[in-house]
Amino acid sequence: MNIKKIKWNHYINYIVIGIFTVVLTVMSLNGPLNSSLLFLLEKVAISIILAVSLSLVVGFLGELSLGHAGFMCVGAYLGGKVSALLVPSLGNGIAAFLISLAVGAGVAALCGVIIGIPALRLRGDYLAIVTLAFGEIVKSVFQNTSKETFGGAIGLNTPRYDKKYLFIIAFTLVLVTLAIIQNFIRSKHGRAVTAIRDNEIAARATGINVTKYKLITFTLSATFAGIAGVLYSYSNYTVQSAKFGYNYSIEILVMVVLGGMGKINGSIIAATLITYLNTKLATVLTGDLAVLQNLFYALILIVIVIYNNAPALKQFRNRYDVSAILKKIFKHRSDPSHVKDDAQKWDVVPTKIEMNEVLSVDMVPPEMKDYNKGNGGKK
Amino acid sequence: MEFLSTLINGLSLGGRYAMIALGYTMVYGIAKMLNFAHGDIIMVGAYTIYIFMAMNQPLIAIIAAIFVCVLFGVLIEKIAYKPLRGASPLAVLITAIGVSYLLQSLAQIIFGSANKMVNGYEFGMVKFLGADIQVSELITLGAATAVMAALTLFVKYTRTGRAMIAVSEDKGAAQLMGINVNKIIMITFAIGSALAALAGLFYLFKSPSVSNNLGAMPGIKAFTAAVIGGIGSIPGAMLGGLLLGIIESVSYKISAIAPYTDAIEFFILIVILLIRPTGFLGKKRREKV
Repeated sequence: MNIKKIKWNHYINYIVIGIFTVVLTVMSLNGPLNSSLLFLLEKVAISIILAVSLSLVVGFLGELSLGHAGFMCVGAYLGGKVSALLVPSLGNGIAAFLISLAVGAGVAALCGVIIGIPALRLRGDYLAIVTLAFGEIVKSVFQNTSKETFGGAIGLNTPRYDKKYLFIIAFTLVLVTLAIIQNFIRSKHGRAVTAIRDNEIAARATGINVTKYKLITFTLSATFAGIAGVLYSYSNYTVQSAKFGYNYSIEILVMVVLGGMGKINGSIIAATLITYLNTKLATVLTGDLAVLQNLFYALILIVIVIYNNAPALKQFRNRYDVSAILKKIFKHRSDPSHVKDDAQKWDVVPTKIEMNEVLSVDMVPPEMKDYNKGNGGKK
Repeated sequence: MEFLSTLINGLSLGGRYAMIALGYTMVYGIAKMLNFAHGDIIMVGAYTIYIFMAMNQPLIAIIAAIFVCVLFGVLIEKIAYKPLRGASPLAVLITAIGVSYLLQSLAQIIFGSANKMVNGYEFGMVKFLGADIQVSELITLGAATAVMAALTLFVKYTRTGRAMIAVSEDKGAAQLMGINVNKIIMITFAIGSALAALAGLFYLFKSPSVSNNLGAMPGIKAFTAAVIGGIGSIPGAMLGGLLLGIIESVSYKISAIAPYTDAIEFFILIVILLIRPTGFLGKKRREKV
C-alpha cells in the first residue's frame, strides 16, 4: 500500500478522536453531561482499546485470540484491587489511577508473555483453543477466590473515578493506544509482523525473528487489553468474572471482523457502532429477545468472512470493491503521466501477487500456441 | 468402593468426550479445519430428543436426533465451510465460531432461555463389587466402546473409510486417484454429527436438562481431548477422551481442587501443547513452502 496513504489513515484517527474529546470536554465544562451518555462514552473508549489491540493479533499477526476478555479480566481485577487498596490513603485521584493502571497492564502483559510462549510453537486452530482455555482459566480462578481477596463469585467492589472526568482520561488512553499500536505497525517491527502473517516460512528465511515478534505482538495486545480492564474497573462499581467470558471475546472479535481485518480505523468505527448498538438494543430487546443481538453478531461474522474470503466470490468482490471504484473516479491522480519520479510507481505495485493471475498471463510463444491447439506444431 | 465408581464415572465421561472428539478429529484430519460448531451439534441433538420425548417416543427420539444432526452437519458444511475451501484458515475458523454462535442463539430464540427437562431415560443403579454404579454410565461406556470399534473398522476396511484416509493424507493426490473429495468431506461431517447426536443422548443420561449452551463446554473439552490424543488420529481421540474423563472425575472427587477442575483440564492442554504439540499419538508434520 501507498506509504502516504497509510500515514493519512493514521492521522485521521488522531484528529477525529482528538476533536471529539475536546468538543465533549468543552461541553462538559458548561454543565455536567447526561450520566448515561458519560457511561456510553466510557464503554466506547474501552471497546476501541480492546478492538484495536485485538486487531493487532488478528489483523496484523494473523492469529486468532479467543482470550482477549481474559486479559481484560486480569487488568480489571488487578487494577480494581490496587485502586481499592490505594484510594483510602492516596485519595481517588490521578496518582491512584496511574498506579493501578500500571499494575493492571503489567500483570496482563505478563499473562500475554505466558500465553505467547505456547503461541510461538502453535498456529491457527491450536492457538485459538489455547487462548480460549486461558480465558476460561482466568475466569474460573477469579470466580473461586475468597471474598477478602478478589470477591469470588459476587465480584470485586471497586472505587469509581469521578464520572465527570473519566471519559477524558479514557479517550486520552485511546489516543495513547492508537499512537503506540499504529506506530508499532508502521515501524520495522510492524512490517516484520505482517510479513509473518503473509508467509511465516518466507519471513523466517529473510531473517525475521518470528519467535520474538510473535511474543512482542501478543504481549502488546494483552497489555492494552489490561488497560481496558483497568478502565472498566474504574467505570463500574463491581468487577465480575462472569462478564469476561467467551462471549465477550467473541464480541470484540466481531468488532475487528466488521471493521475489516488489518484496518485500524475500521476497528474504531466498528467498536463505536457495536457498543452504541448494544446500549440501544439493551433497552429495546428485553428478556428472551436479547438473544437477537447474538444472532446478529453471528450473522455478521459468517456473512462478512465468507464475502471477504470465499475464492468463488473473488470476481464479484473485485467488481464491487469500493476503493477500486473510487480509484477509477479519481483516476487522474494516479495517472502515470504526472509522475516524474520513477520511485513513485513502486508504491502502487501490489505487494502480494496472486498465483493464478500470474499463470493467466499469456506467456506462450506464438509457435507453441499452435502446438497447444493440438496440431503438433505444424503450420 | 469409591475408587471403582469414580473410575467408571470417569470412563463413561471419557466415552462421551471421545465420541465428540472423534467428530473433531475426523473433520480436522480431512477438512483441515477446527469445526467450532461441532459442540453445538450436540445441543441440536439434545433438543431434538427433547421434542420427541415430549411425545414419549424414546427410540424414535434417538433416530430423529441422529437424522437431524446429520442434516445440520451437512448443511453447515455446504453453506458455511464449502465456499471457504481454499481460503485462509483464519477465515474458516472465524466462520466456524460464527456458526457456533448462530446455532446457540437460534436455539435460545426457538426454545427460550429456560432449561428444558427430558425425562424418560432412567435406568436406576446397580451394585457391582460393593460400589453403586449407575446403569446409564455402563450403557454409555458400552455404547461408546462399540461405536469407536465400529468406526475404526469402518475407516480401516471399507472403501469410503480408506478414501477418508487418502483425503486426509493428500487431498490433491486423492482427487487424482478418482476420489470425490467433496463427497468424502460431506460424509465425514455426517459421521461426526451422528456421533455428536449420540453424545447428546449420553449427556441427557447424566443430567436431563437441555439448554442452549449444553454443547459449548463439552465441545471445547472434547477438542482438548482430541489435541491431547493427537489431532487427526482416531485412537488418539479415544485415548485423549478417556484420559480427560478420568482426570475430570478424579478432580471432582478431591474437594480442594474441585472448583478448579475446568482450569486444571485446560492447563493440562496448554502443558501438553508445549511439550508435545502433536499430542500423544499425532503424527509430526513438517511445514513445507
